[in-house]
Amino acid sequence: MKVALNINGETRTADLEPRKTLLDALREDFGLVGTRAGCEHGVCGACSVLIDGAPARACLLFAVQADGYVITTIEGVAPAPGELNVVQDAFCETHGLQCGYCTPGMILTAHALLARNPHPTRHDIVQAISGNLCRCTGYGQIVEAIERAAERLRVVNAQEAAGHANEEERG
Amino acid sequence: MKSAPFDYARPESLAEACAMLAADEDARAIAGGQSLIPMMAMRLARPTKLVDIYRLPELHGIGSDEDSVTIGAATRQVEAEHSPTVHGLLPLLAKALPWVGHPPTRNRGTVGGSLANADPAAEIPLVAVALGAKIDVTNLNGVTTYDADDFFIGPMLTALAPGDCLSAVRFPRWRRACVGSAFHEVSARRSDFAFVAAAAQVALDPEGRIAGAALGIGGLGDRPVHVDTTALGGERPQQLLIGEVVRAGTHEIEAMSDLQASASYRQRVAVGLGTRALLDACVDAVGRDAEARRRGLA
Ligand code: FES
Ligand code: FES
Repeated sequence: MKVALNINGETRTADLEPRKTLLDALREDFGLVGTRAGCEHGVCGACSVLIDGAPARACLLFAVQADGYVITTIEGVAPAPGELNVVQDAFCETHGLQCGYCTPGMILTAHALLARNPHPTRHDIVQAISGNLCRCTGYGQIVEAIERAAERLRVVNAQEAAGHANEEERG
Repeated sequence: MKSAPFDYARPESLAEACAMLAADEDARAIAGGQSLIPMMAMRLARPTKLVDIYRLPELHGIGSDEDSVTIGAATRQVEAEHSPTVHGLLPLLAKALPWVGHPPTRNRGTVGGSLANADPAAEIPLVAVALGAKIDVTNLNGVTTYDADDFFIGPMLTALAPGDCLSAVRFPRWRRACVGSAFHEVSARRSDFAFVAAAAQVALDPEGRIAGAALGIGGLGDRPVHVDTTALGGERPQQLLIGEVVRAGTHEIEAMSDLQASASYRQRVAVGLGTRALLDACVDAVGRDAEARRRGLA
């Protein structure tokens, strides 16, 4: 079946068997291997992507079902090639990753949480990542990374807001 | 972990979906797919055709009238979880939804999908049985309505026949003054399958006596069960009495046993959780009543 998917702001097309999951299509047909294949039956969260901004498991969705949504993978969150976004940066700094297998899923999940809730409590963070397994870090540093990213984003947003206010005053 | 091959179709209307399902008895309806796709990946399910009902407008939305709150089968769990209608008129379901799967599976998973899947430990079927919800099933011949209690037959087994499409669920509203609810669950970790879950709703009369009580227990038997609480009618909420009634209502249920929890453990937890849920529902009722009065005075 022919599919046309909106992935990271681009329309990507392929001719796929209906049984191909979005996960396999991303990895095999669209060359986006940042999305990890873990359990392939919905348990681990390694395959998390954002569908219309909300985290979902790419292994629990057939690619033929995914047209019409805005799909974001880990490749779509960095501001430019070779750069990291705030959440990615925070993960590096706090050692929020070791082997890195869970990391794309964790980062996308955190990304969606912070877009929705700029002041997450520890509980909110733990809830948000409760569907993502990590076999290495023990989660402590991941939670810390998300807390730090939240802090930074608040500062950035406050600065931007102040900048806008200044411009308006001047203008 | 790859599904066996199948055909895929996305009908434009419920009628067309029913026609497709009727034409092939091995076809399956798919909505959020959060339970069906893992089953297919493990080859426990091998439908010949998936009829995708996820985007059918007729199956979407949450509405209410005097007597009930109706939720379209393909309404996403996350929508129900954040719906003001559900919070206002169906607080028991609002309390149960955060326990359903994980946030990412609730983003795709649907209310009807959870009912049709009929996992004995699932929260939405449990609330449906506890409150005596009605389940609408549509096929080529029209709509049949089932009582939730008759709809669930066994583990992953419902009254749905080939060609049927679950289309909506209607939860009754309790239109009494002083109503409270509570939901409790025990699992290995939050958002894992429940070993046992309890959903309770209670109405109190102006003297603080129990005017009506509903209790459902999930995870204990091979389907969610409604516990007979008629003995509580007219009584004051009292732990000892409630415990007795819950024990009497659950001890004959044949409890499941698996690697994680034995049957006798489940029995004990069911009594404890059921009692706690009823007591907490009474406390909730008193609190809501006080709140309503305060608002009335203010
Ligand atoms: S690979 Fe999708 S949840 Fe594990
Ligand atoms: S860093 Fe290895 S699984 Fe999380």
